[in-house]
Amino acid sequence: MPVLRVRGLTKRFPGVTANSDVDLTLHRGEILCLLGENGAGKSTLMNIVFGLYQPDEGQIEVQGHPVAFSSSADAIASGIGMVHQHFQLIPVMTVAENVVLGKESRRGPFLDIDKARAEVRELSRRYGLDVDPDAIVGDLSVGAQQRVELVKALYRDADILILDEPTAVLTPQEVVEFFDVVRSLVESGKSVIFITHKLREVLAVADTVVIMRAGKVVAAMPASGATEQSLATSMVGREVGFEVTKGLAAPGQVVLAVRDLQVADDRGHTTVRGLELEVRSGEILGIAGVEGNGQRELVEALAGMRTPLAGSVEILGHDTTGWSPRRVEMLGVGHVPEDRAKHGLVGTYPITDNLVLNRYHRRQFSRRFLLDRAAMTRNANDLIQRFDVRTPSPHVLAGTLSGGNQQKIVMARELSGDLRLLLVAQPTRGLDVGSIEFIHRQVVERRDAGVAVLLVSAELDEILSLADRVGVLYRGTLAAVMDRADATREKIGLLMAGGGEVA
Amino acid sequence: MSSPSPQPKPPRRSLLETYFRLAPVTVPLYAILVACLAGSLFILGAGANPLVAYGALLDGALGSPDRIASTVARSTPFIIGALAVALGFKAGLFNIGAEGQLLLGALTAAWVGTWSWLAGTPPLLAVPFVLVAGVVGGMVWGFIPGVLKARTGAHEVITTIMLNAIALGIASFLITSRDPALLIDDRASTPHTREVAASVRLPTLVEGTGLHLGIVLALALCAATWFVLQRTTPGFEIRTVGVSREAARYAGMRVDRTVIVVMTASGALAGIAGAAEVIGSGSGYLTPGAFTNIGFDSIAIALLARGNPLAVVPAALLWGALLSGAPLMQVEADLSVNLVRIVQALIILFVAADAIIRLLFRIRAPRGVDVGEPAVFARGWGG
Repeated sequence: MPVLRVRGLTKRFPGVTANSDVDLTLHRGEILCLLGENGAGKSTLMNIVFGLYQPDEGQIEVQGHPVAFSSSADAIASGIGMVHQHFQLIPVMTVAENVVLGKESRRGPFLDIDKARAEVRELSRRYGLDVDPDAIVGDLSVGAQQRVELVKALYRDADILILDEPTAVLTPQEVVEFFDVVRSLVESGKSVIFITHKLREVLAVADTVVIMRAGKVVAAMPASGATEQSLATSMVGREVGFEVTKGLAAPGQVVLAVRDLQVADDRGHTTVRGLELEVRSGEILGIAGVEGNGQRELVEALAGMRTPLAGSVEILGHDTTGWSPRRVEMLGVGHVPEDRAKHGLVGTYPITDNLVLNRYHRRQFSRRFLLDRAAMTRNANDLIQRFDVRTPSPHVLAGTLSGGNQQKIVMARELSGDLRLLLVAQPTRGLDVGSIEFIHRQVVERRDAGVAVLLVSAELDEILSLADRVGVLYRGTLAAVMDRADATREKIGLLMAGGGEVA
Repeated sequence: MSSPSPQPKPPRRSLLETYFRLAPVTVPLYAILVACLAGSLFILGAGANPLVAYGALLDGALGSPDRIASTVARSTPFIIGALAVALGFKAGLFNIGAEGQLLLGALTAAWVGTWSWLAGTPPLLAVPFVLVAGVVGGMVWGFIPGVLKARTGAHEVITTIMLNAIALGIASFLITSRDPALLIDDRASTPHTREVAASVRLPTLVEGTGLHLGIVLALALCAATWFVLQRTTPGFEIRTVGVSREAARYAGMRVDRTVIVVMTASGALAGIAGAAEVIGSGSGYLTPGAFTNIGFDSIAIALLARGNPLAVVPAALLWGALLSGAPLMQVEADLSVNLVRIVQALIILFVAADAIIRLLFRIRAPRGVDVGEPAVFARGWGG
């Protein structure tokens, strides 16, 4: 008897059918990978199973009994636990306090924290989770916080664990450890649904793969016998080219030179510490690293959005340290920011306005103080076509477009014009395979046209397929810079975890 | 998932879409309707017939050409004052200080208007000169909170409230002080400032109704503000700062400078509102307590207009109509004029809490079409 069975599930949102007639079966002791592109309906499906949404049609059975959850509390009571992509932990509290929060054991009116600590210790011992009940959550690494989330679910007697993109925040080594934990969970009788869009992980850990596309289950099969190519083809619905086709780089003069750069984040902590790098025209320098190692501050300092504490930035021979974003941009620097919704776009502006967000002051779009609306519309029509933005009109609000189309707008704006240096941060986060291909191609094209490219990405695959040289950012410094040919997945992974200091 | 997949079809506007584009208009209209209905409960409670009361209100506001002219005259300072507040909204600033800025503008105009050399100057020069004086007065009172916000992060709501109190104190001192005699007309029995020169008076449009050329100025200012916001590069910067400070910073806009400029311009507009009233309305001088609440009402009107510089005009006219119709309602239905204040407050309540109206009348939020970015009415403290 399956522990979880979903039959004929349909969920509609205004204008979209997020899930359409979805079937899914999970057995005891099974690791089921739910694979699909962003927007395929994976998260909706799991949110329904976890009681956060109610289905329009269809049935859910847990341990053979039909259930109808009206909230996640019902789902938890039925033995379902979910670890969300964004952890739901309170950083200032201890591990034990976080675990028992909402389901505290009491002694009279008081919290029985000793009992909670003992239970956390017992759970972490039984499943090999290595969690210290007295540690403050905010001090823990991301990987350890994830284990706390798992303990939280297990503390609530979850038999079915739903993990939403759990590896997105981990280093390659942490991913390996995490898979060991997952295996030990299923060995002790738990069942796991693992949401991901990374094919490599599916093949490494899954027993069964369920592939979703456009709200439907398009394939369900045992993981043995599947290949990356076959999975990708059914996920995307067509043949996918994995390798970015690009020729050898022809590096020219140094365009960007950074010396002993030190930058602080918004809270005043120095996150970039004495970083040095050079990027030449016609090459892509890829910066790998787990997020939060100074990537954001580095890119913002180069783009003029953040004033460095010390050190210098030189672009095309100009000392641009402390320059404003406007002056940096006027040198021919394109900046694709890491958070496109916050920085790169104004969601309530139409596409036309977003495409001139930082160029409206140029002669092309305004004379004296008057905006040339006609020129803006012409520009939009032109770029929409060149960058294949799917939209009915250039006057559609950017916020209503899909992530891929939003990113294409940012790329279109930053890559157009007289480009000499391109700063790209996490360019394909949250995008579908089709958009990723397109954006990668665009970046390589600019490189071939002689643009110097600095690519910062947490996706190791992206770095490895695009970069000509690879650097690893660890705690605010470049742990190493090497030619792409010398950069193996293992070597980079080790450096990402700080292994460079020992080696 | 939440993004509707865009179809590659030409953007023909369906009837439904047109309806949703109107949502920004329908919500305030329904809010007015609901507020009137709720107001009738108060009228019934006071023992009067709501139909008689509202009929008298309407009659008092619009019952004759003269009454219409009075209503428009009453609305004139509201249009300019609300425009000042609305401009702040567009940059994400909540200018509570219109009251004080307006008063400062009125004071400088009342003072400059008495300069003796102006009496012999042609009105074509004298009037703009006095208006500019009003602009300067309001500007100073807007510039201070702007700089404080940009340089120290002090929240404009706090600073402008304080500046209102200071402006009130200054005005009352300047107007009533007899020793030293500053602006006071020492021949008058009740304290007020000296009357401004005839050459600086705004021409009256309809005799005996108080309707003066200020209304033309008000409408022109609304149109100009709309144009600046929608069609110019500084306007683009103001709107971007208003909807996303982060995106503005990314785009190389100077956020701090924009905050200062907008607060100053907002103060300048409020200053014009005050100055135009001094030189436009009947007396030509300032009394203590003059223009009380015009600035505060302007905030309410700007909310009703949802920060749109053009919508400010009908919203202010409605406001003026309610106020100028109230006395007749008081006579005919034997109700307190305060009832009008209650209805006004209800309108703003329903506009501000538009979720209530959307729920009652099932109005969907506009999606996917450009209806202009929403006005950001207020940000978190210290934001």
